[in-house]
Amino acid sequence: MKCRKCGGSAAVELRRHNTAYCADDFLAFFRHYTLETIRKWKMFEKDEPVLVAVSGGKDSLALWDVLLLERYDTTGMYLDLGIHDYSKASRAKCERFAAERGATLQIVSVAEEVGGAIPEVRTVTRRPTCSACGLSKRYLTNQAAVSGGFAVVATGHNLDDEAATLFGSVLRWQEDALGRQSPVLLASHPKLARRVKPLFRITELETAAYSFLRGIDYIVEECPFSKGATSLLYKDVLNRLESQAPGTKHAFLLGYLERARPSFERDRAVTLRECIRCGQATTSELCAFCRLVDEVRHKAHTAQRPVSGDP
Amino acid sequence: MKVLLRNPDREIVLPGRRRVRELLQELQMIPETVLVIRGRELLTSDREVGEEDVIEIRPVISGGVR
Repeated sequence: MKCRKCGGSAAVELRRHNTAYCADDFLAFFRHYTLETIRKWKMFEKDEPVLVAVSGGKDSLALWDVLLLERYDTTGMYLDLGIHDYSKASRAKCERFAAERGATLQIVSVAEEVGGAIPEVRTVTRRPTCSACGLSKRYLTNQAAVSGGFAVVATGHNLDDEAATLFGSVLRWQEDALGRQSPVLLASHPKLARRVKPLFRITELETAAYSFLRGIDYIVEECPFSKGATSLLYKDVLNRLESQAPGTKHAFLLGYLERARPSFERDRAVTLRECIRCGQATTSELCAFCRLVDEVRHKAHTAQRPVSGDP
Repeated sequence: MKVLLRNPDREIVLPGRRRVRELLQELQMIPETVLVIRGRELLTSDREVGEEDVIEIRPVISGGVR
């Protein structure tokens, strides 16, 4: 297989584009495609401070790498979930990535903010782990952005993530989720930062290839709590379709965003207020994050107290 | 050839030469879901791999909430 640009030996085949590139031309393609997405979808400007949420995985580190190479004004933020060796390893990858590039990395600990690390949250609450984890990620990245003066939070969500989310929402016709799904969520309240996904048109295979070819030392191991996650099942189904009909995931997601999303968005009028405790934007009196914190602290406390009748 | 698989890490040994496409079919893997790595290079599905090669097949799919 030959590179479409230079005719050299291809390193990456992009069946959905019916093409292939050598390592250097693929890296150039990846950067160009990411920057085009940022511009086309008006995600942020070159001089605008951007908080990049990094996990130590291939996607977020690839995104941060592109933004640093292109001299965007970025700061990384790593959320320490406290998931045993997995979090230790992923934190070390982020710290090394930032140190090698002279970039600034902020670290926020779920254990400190929630009152327990994710394994503890999993034990003391009945919530699905991914749900409590996702809530903490959205809240704490937003809080760090607003308090740090960042108007924008950029995340490494890729085409596969977004197509799988859309697939799940469509299967159950979750109209709220469909209305919310977008590569750009504008700040609809002074306490909300804009959230953007510059890799949403790029597949997981492409972000992995980019990270490998750039020599980025990312965490290959999976989060131990993601085993059996429905998102993996949806990705598997979509990849089976993709292997028979390249371009399916792209057409599914982009077709939705361009043609169907506006009608779901129109139906979604929510009034935001400030949480009576933390002041963050919410639709209820006490925000979902503060309710999670209450639940974790109350149940952790109850578990430590001897039950009535015990000596 | 020696084939390194991930999550969990394990190793298998296969005899003979074949194209990457055939190797993935034998292992029942979808090409869209893995990187095929030899040393510092990525291999496309038409490349041939042989007895002497050490190949890493690295999954690219991440799960859970991102």
